[in-house]
This record gives sequence, C-alpha cells and structure tokens, in this order.
Amino acid sequence: MNTLSNHTDSSFGKLLYERLFKNKEGVIAFILLAVVLLLVFPLCLNTFRLNLTGKYLCYAFVAIGLVMCWGNAGILSLGQGMFFGAGGYCMAMFLKLEASDPESTAIQSTPGIPDFMDWNQVTELPWFWFPFKSFPLTIALIFILPAVLAFLLSVFYFKGRVTGVVFAILTQSMVACLWYFIVGNQGFFGGINGITDLRTLNGWDIRTESAQKTLYYVCSILLLFCILVSRYVLSTRLGRVLLAQRDKEMRVRFSGYNLTLFRIFIFCFAAVLSAIGGAMFTLQVGFMSPNLVGIQPSIDMVIFTAVGGRESLLGAVYGALAVNAAKTAFSEAYPTLWMFLYGATFIIIVLYLPKGLAGLYDDHIKKWIFKLKPKSDSGTTPPSEDLEKEVPYAK
Amino acid sequence: MGGYTAQEIYSIVVMQSFSGVSLLCIYVLMGLGLYIIFGQMGVINMAHAEFLVLGSYTMCLFSKFITESVPALENIYVFLAIPLSFGIAFGVGYLVEWFLISRLYKRPLDTLLATWGLSLIMQQCFRTFIGAREMSADLPEWLLGSWSVNDSIDIPISGLILLVLTIFLTGGLVLYTTKTRMGLRMRATTQNRQMTGALGINTKMTDRVSFGIACGISGIAGAFFTTMASTSPSAGTNYIVDSFLVLVVGGLGSLFGLFISGAFLALLSSILEFFMTGSIAKVWLYLVIFVVLMKFTKGLFSDKVRS
Amino acid sequence: MKTTNRKRTPWGQSLKALLLPTLMAGSLTAAEYPTAEVNTTGLAVTDDTVTVGQLHSITGTMAISETGSVEAERLAIEQINAMGGVLGRQIKIVQEDGASDWPTFAEKSKKLIIQDKVACVFGCWTSASRKAVLPIFEKENNMLYYPTFYEGLEASKNVVYTGQEATQQIIWGLDWAYENLGARTFYLIGSDYIWPRTSNKIARNHIERYLAKKDPKCKVVGEEYYPLGHTNFRSLINKVKLKKPDLIYSIVVGGSNVAWYKQLKAAGITSKKYNLLTISTTEDELLGIGGENAEGFYACMKYFQSQENPNNQAFVAAFKEKWGADSVIGDVTQAAYLGPWIWKAAVEKAGSFDIDKIHAAHPDIELPEAPEGYVRVHESNQHLWSRAKIGKIMTDGQFEVIAISEDLIEPDPFPEGYQ
Repeated sequence: MNTLSNHTDSSFGKLLYERLFKNKEGVIAFILLAVVLLLVFPLCLNTFRLNLTGKYLCYAFVAIGLVMCWGNAGILSLGQGMFFGAGGYCMAMFLKLEASDPESTAIQSTPGIPDFMDWNQVTELPWFWFPFKSFPLTIALIFILPAVLAFLLSVFYFKGRVTGVVFAILTQSMVACLWYFIVGNQGFFGGINGITDLRTLNGWDIRTESAQKTLYYVCSILLLFCILVSRYVLSTRLGRVLLAQRDKEMRVRFSGYNLTLFRIFIFCFAAVLSAIGGAMFTLQVGFMSPNLVGIQPSIDMVIFTAVGGRESLLGAVYGALAVNAAKTAFSEAYPTLWMFLYGATFIIIVLYLPKGLAGLYDDHIKKWIFKLKPKSDSGTTPPSEDLEKEVPYAK
Repeated sequence: MGGYTAQEIYSIVVMQSFSGVSLLCIYVLMGLGLYIIFGQMGVINMAHAEFLVLGSYTMCLFSKFITESVPALENIYVFLAIPLSFGIAFGVGYLVEWFLISRLYKRPLDTLLATWGLSLIMQQCFRTFIGAREMSADLPEWLLGSWSVNDSIDIPISGLILLVLTIFLTGGLVLYTTKTRMGLRMRATTQNRQMTGALGINTKMTDRVSFGIACGISGIAGAFFTTMASTSPSAGTNYIVDSFLVLVVGGLGSLFGLFISGAFLALLSSILEFFMTGSIAKVWLYLVIFVVLMKFTKGLFSDKVRS
Repeated sequence: MKTTNRKRTPWGQSLKALLLPTLMAGSLTAAEYPTAEVNTTGLAVTDDTVTVGQLHSITGTMAISETGSVEAERLAIEQINAMGGVLGRQIKIVQEDGASDWPTFAEKSKKLIIQDKVACVFGCWTSASRKAVLPIFEKENNMLYYPTFYEGLEASKNVVYTGQEATQQIIWGLDWAYENLGARTFYLIGSDYIWPRTSNKIARNHIERYLAKKDPKCKVVGEEYYPLGHTNFRSLINKVKLKKPDLIYSIVVGGSNVAWYKQLKAAGITSKKYNLLTISTTEDELLGIGGENAEGFYACMKYFQSQENPNNQAFVAAFKEKWGADSVIGDVTQAAYLGPWIWKAAVEKAGSFDIDKIHAAHPDIELPEAPEGYVRVHESNQHLWSRAKIGKIMTDGQFEVIAISEDLIEPDPFPEGYQ
C-alpha cells in the first residue's frame, strides 16, 4: 500500500490509484480493513479464535466473487459451493497424498494410497490423482479447474441468453450433482466423510499453532490482494460494461456489445476466487468435506454477500465475518434461536436493507461521521466494529 | 437378461413402468404448486418444499388426533385430512404472501433469498414445536398393501391413489385457471397487473388467493407423500431441487410442459436407477437435464417469450 | 446436587442400587483426591466439579438421530451426580451443537478441548463427524466416547467406541440367518457412505468365503447404494423382486428408512414372502416408519428396548421418567448411556482425570449390569465386548428378542480375512 501511495505523483501511479481506490475514502476504508485483519484480530484473539476467523475469511473470498458476478454483473449463482469445493478438494488431494506415504499407511492392504481408498478396495492410485503429487501443478489446478468448470457451465447458457432465475436454479442443480458425484465415488473422493486427517504441506505441519497463525496471515493478505484485483477489474471498461448490462441489458446489446464473453469472464473470475477460498479453507481447517459443496452452504455464501452489501467488496468481507461470528456466538449459547435469527436475517436484509451493511454505512453512518468533521480522518472509529454489532438490531 | 423367463421379465417391465408412472405423479405434484407461483406469478418460492412438509405434518398430526380421540373414523380420515392440509397450507401461504412476497414482486432474485430464509424458519418451527424426530401417519390398512394382479405382479395401492389424485388435482387446476372467475383474474393479473387493476379487479387480493391456492395444492401433495416417504423437519430439502427442475425443464408457463417434463424425468430416472446404483444414477440424471436445457434453454414447452 | 438425590423415584433408586456396588467400591470424596494430583494436565477440574463436553447435532438433519444420544448421556450423568459424582466431584456439562455439519463438529470440538478444557467429550454420531474431530482429539490428547455402531477400521487411543464395530453386528447375524432362515442368496442394500459400504464388504466376504464353504449355493445376488435422504426405492424394489433373494440385507439409514419400508410394503414385499435383516433400523427409526410397515422383519443389534432384565427395565423407566413416556430407546441411545459410566469407572480405576491414565485404565473395565447385559472394554482397542441379539419387528414399533449370541463377541476393528 505504501508503495502505491508513493507513486501517486507519476501519471501511471495516479491512474492505478484512482482505479483501485477511486478517492481518499476508498484508501481509508481499505487500510482500515487491512489494519483490522492484520493487526487488530491477531492482537485481540487467541489462536483458536484467530483460526476461526481465518475460516470465515475463506468464505469472504466467495463473497467477493459473488459481489463481482451478482452485485456488479447481475448473475446470481447458487452454485459457488461447487467452485469452493473444487479448490478445496484440489488442495485436500495434494495434502492427503503427502499424508499417506507408505510408512504411515503401512497397516493398509495397499500402503501408499489414501486410507479411504484402501477401505473401498481401491488398490492403486487413480490416474486423476497423479497431478496432485506435485505442488505447483496443484496450485495451477486450483485456478484452472474451477475456471474450466465455470466456463463449461456457463458458456451454452449465456450464449442462449439464460441468466437470472433459471440460471440460478441450474447452478443449484449442478451443485447438487457434484455432491452426488462425490458421495457416489467414495473410493475416489472419500464420499460423505470427505478427505480428512491432513497433516503437512511440503513437510510443514499445518496443525501447529504457529502454522495456523501463519496461514491466517497468508489468507488475509491473499484476501486483500484479491480485493485489489477485483477493484481493478471493476474499474476497467469491462467492469463498466458489466455494470451497464446489469441495469439495461438491451441498451448495451444495441450498442454492439457481445455480452456472452463478458458474462463468462466474470463468472469464471468469481469461480476462481471461490476456489482460492476453498483451498485456504482446507489448509486452515485440516479437511475437506462434501458438506461444503451442498445446496445449503452455497446459499449461505449468497447471504454473506447480501448482508455485507452485494455491490461492495469490502462489505462482503465484513458480511462474511459478521454472519459467521454471529453464528458461532449464538450457536454456542442458543442453537435453536440461531436458526430463527438466521432465517430472519435473510428476510430483513431483503426487505429493509437491500444494500446490506455497506448500504447502512453509506446512508446513515457516513452522514453522521461527516457531521463530526474536521477530525474525521484520524479520529473515526473503525466502521467495522460498529457494523458488525448492528446486524441483529437492524430494524 | 439371462436366466429369467419371459413371464418374469414381463412382470418386471409392468411393475417398473408403474413405478415410473408413480414417479411422474410425484414430479407433477411437486411441480403443480410451483407452476402457479413460479410459472404464473414469477415468484421463486424456495420455501415451496416446506409447504409440502407442512401438508405432511398436518396429515401426521391429524392421524394422531383421530386415533386418539375418534377411532371410529380411522378408516376414512384420510379424506378429511386432504381438505384440512389444503386449508392449513392455504392459510399459511396467504399470510406469507401478505406479509412477505407482496413486497417483492419486482425483485425475483431477492424473493429467492427471502423465501430461503422463510424455509429455514419453517424448518426450525417444525423442529421446535413438533419435534426433531421422524413422524408417521397411522394409515388405514387398505391404503398400505399391494394389489396382486397375478403371482408376480404387485401394484402398490398407494400408487394407484396417487395417480387418481394427480389427475384430479391437475384437472381441477386446469378448470380453475380457465373456467372460474378467480382463475381468470389470476391470469389477467400475472399478464398485465396495471391493466387488470384499472379494470377494477383487486390485484392484491388475487395474488394472495393465488399464492394460497398454490400452497394449498402443495399441502395436499405433501399430505399424500406421507404414504411413501418420511416426514421430518428437513424432509423438504429432498424435494426442492427436483421440483424446480421439473418446472424449468417443462418450460415455465405451461401445464402441459410440466406433464411432459415430469414424464421425461420419471422415465429417465427409472431407467437410470434400474441399471446403475442410486447415487450415480442421480448424477447422470442431472447431467442429462443440463444437456437438455442447453439445447432447449426455455424448457421443452414454453408459451412465454422471456423468463 | 445432593438434593436431587432425594427427588429420585424408586426406579432411579433401584437402578442406582444395581449399579452402585459394581462401580463404587466405597464412597469417594473429593478430599481423598486432591485436585493437584488427579489433574496434572490442566483440565477443567476443580475441588468439587469436573467439566465434560457433549457434542451432538441439535439442529440440522442429524438432530433426528442424535437427540436420543444426548438424552441418554444426560441421564447417565445426572445419575452419576446423584450418586456423588466422579472422585467426589459433580459433573458439569458444556453442550455444543454440531449442527449436522462436519466442519462445525471440528470447530466445536476444538472449542471444547482448547477453550473449555473439558475432561472428556461424549459425542458424535455419524462416521463423518467422528473422522472430522479425530485428528483434533489425537493432537490435543483428549478422550471421545463415541456411541454409534460403525464401520471399524479404526482404533484410536483417544476414542472409546461404545457401539459395535461392523464385524460384531454382521457375522453372527448372517450365521443366524443362514441357519434359522435358510438364507442362501443375499441382496445387499445400503445408504451411500462408509459404514454401509464397509459393512456390506464384510457381509459379502463372509457370505462368499465362509458361508459358501458350508453350502456352495450361498451367494450375493445384488449390492446397491442410495444417497442419504433418498426417497424413491421403487426401481430398487423391482430389481429385488427380479432376483428373489432369500434374504434382503438392509443398511438403509436415517429418513430414507421410512420411504424404504413403506414402499416395500406397498410393493408386496412383506415378511410373509420375504426375509429382511437390517443392522440399521432401531426403535428410533421405527417411530417414523410405523411398526405395521416393517412387521416381521429382523434386526441384529446389541440392545433392544424390550430386553427383559431388571437393569434394562430400570433404565427404560428412568429414561421415560426424565424424557417423557413416549420416548423410545434404540441401540445407539443405550450405547450412549454407557459412555459416562465407562468414563467414571476408568477415572476411578485410574484415580485421576489425566487422559493418559484413563487410557491406561480402560482395558477390562466391566459393566456387569448394563441395560444390554454384561459388557467389558477390550484389552487393547477400547471397543466393547458384547452380545449380539436378533429382534423381530412388532406392530407397535418394538422388537421381540428372539435370539442372543451365546458368547460375548470380540470387537475386531481390523478383521483379518475380511479386507
């Protein structure tokens, strides 16, 4: 960030600055998020809670993806779990292979293959597991696989101009399809149990406290980076066309744009973001399960986005954090009440806060802050904390 | 098929065809309510499956009530339970439309989220107020068995009744939408709300009643599903994807399309399930639907230009 | 604490009286066991309380099945407290909700162990949830008491398996069917996850390798899996009819059960014409299925609510008193009830709450008067020696116990010759 602001004098730097942040307020909001993620949380939370926060941040990747394709391009996907799962499973397969070396699996009838394969009478490693022996290939696949999936899923439908509700339902059925696929191929993907008992990443034990802290930082920095990339995409002509077609599809078409490619691009972009989240999830939680691929988590991710504000990238992060923190807090105390409250959140957000927390900030808190000027730059409290608290009390 | 006699294969083909027909009926019953709500009114009701479950619970609780207090009616209470589950689902649907859906007609994707929230709340209500465990209705003995045509062919009686019920409900719905005043109003309102309002028709009331009727039909379907599946708070999650798909494949605005797509899906899954194991059959079912919709993006039959 | 003692009914009293002599050799007071000595690893043990965790799904799809286990564990803990607790300490429960979601199970187990520092955890139900929490229990070194019958292939030193592993439930049951029902051809059916698949693998091996030696006609004529929650079994039933097996071997789990039995009955597959043996349908499931839909079919379990022995009658009465007269008790519920008792016995045998010492104390702990009958912890693998039983489903949703294995069956999670 520092390097960026140093360059503001040069024209290129200025352009980049405007593209990424628009104005001073954008910079402040971004720095605030960075401070919250990189300083406040690590200082205030113990390792267990920090690890939990790291897990929530993985959902924030998906939420950012949804801001891109739903909030800014009008394509609602109820199937983001599919891509989250793709990324997560890629990473899990790599880690599982590393964890099942011949020595630690010596009691199996076929040592050297993952334990669940042995339980299911698979006697040799299937061919599609071989790429996951290599770390660089795995990383590449985390990006390529979801992009290919998203492309195949969307290309024919966007060509046929199917968006909106029908597309949403289709993505939902495809997520169900993937769930059945994983469950039905227990010997190859671990079935309902998922891929569990992951231990090391290139020899580095990911279960230790220090590793979990490091992973949290990696996750946060990656998230901040993804936000910047997304900002950049939105600020280009492509982003503006997407925004325009969201509101007035026909007008954009009449101006001579072929929307198919734009839409496919943004859908794939969102898919890749989700997959990064999924891969980070596997690393931090230590296993991957088809539960995260199902219909329910996919819709959950949409609600994180809606709570944060479907058009706001930063809002999405706060949304994912707020909903999950509330979920953890309430389900520890009142599990039953939580389900009611969670359901009500959907309704309240849609009825009264269609722009989510970001809208709440823009419409109410901002005015209030501007009243407090001239000291606003340094003296404002971080909006994040306020906003998180406001969820349950929103009218 | 080595080792089987012609008689055996004939019997299996007959029974498998009948189970295909039963599945068709299930698909159609799941889709009927959605046909009004989604196909006609353009509202995506993710809580649709919960209305089915509401009907199932009505049936179960009513049967419990009957066996405990009026055992004399045990054999025929099913006929009373059907209007009752219609009534209850209608009432709940009416209220939901009034307080929730009516504010969201212009934002279909938002309705999707709001109704998903509603479905979570309804599920938790079932769990908290009725109980987390599975329930079952004490069905009269005549409804449970099978009708043995000959030694090797057994036709489920519940399947026969299912068939009758489906024909009856679909016929009723066709009559309702084409012949009755309320039905005509419903279609007028969905086609041109402002114009209909200008003609002095209370469009809000029409919406409410239409939504209620759709939920009521789902309630009846749900009540009947107790004869062959479980009733538990989260039973709805098994229906939701399929019921939307059957409607989308059929083309949103067409009752005939709903039947054809139901037949298509039933045929497909009967064949797939007969030749492969359950989970994989399901994967193939969805993939085939995906490919079919790729070709017919508006569904097999559609009388609307855009959805 | 002690006042609750007075309120107990005669049933509760008699149960205590039965369990008391075997589990408590004299009254223990906290003073004899100073906290510093019994707790050297920083668990949540004070001078008069000890905190344990309970981790089941209270919400979500699995809540149906796990409710019974929650209730049984609470009952056992309440009874132990009424008897004076463990090493003179009253047991406090921290309950967490796994919400039928495996990552949540992992999260909550971490919370219980790291944050609440519980002395042990009673919980989990599905294999998937156990697999999700297992690495955490092993890394943090805590003890899980796991109640469900399961697939085996596991013997962690941090888990006590109070349910049967697969071979305990399957082999004796198949032998019984071979001899008493004359079963020679078998159709294996299961829900699609690891327990049914592994169980059917063991069943198939037993049929093809061992039963076929006795009678070469023995064979498996079909093996099928359906996803959890599946409700359309019509095609499967037609396949069964085509193959006409002597025995339908069913491991259908959860809500699918209801659809499965109702559709069997509707298709004319009743106990008059076919034999069906299940290892997954307990009294809990029959509540939803309705006994009349499954009447006459057989189940192989280690516990049935209708077992006639004074301990079981006392247990059933105490359970009904606490959780309502309508409640039913299935195999897993009873196994869950054993968990706290085994833990208590282990702690008292070890004279310590330390996990390693409890682990060392587990072998050969006996519960001579458990509701299911005598059980003993295995010498090495922390499973239970127990007797298998065959029950016949009756119209009222209960089982009639028609056969009990003569010997205790050894738990063998890694069965030789069945891999």
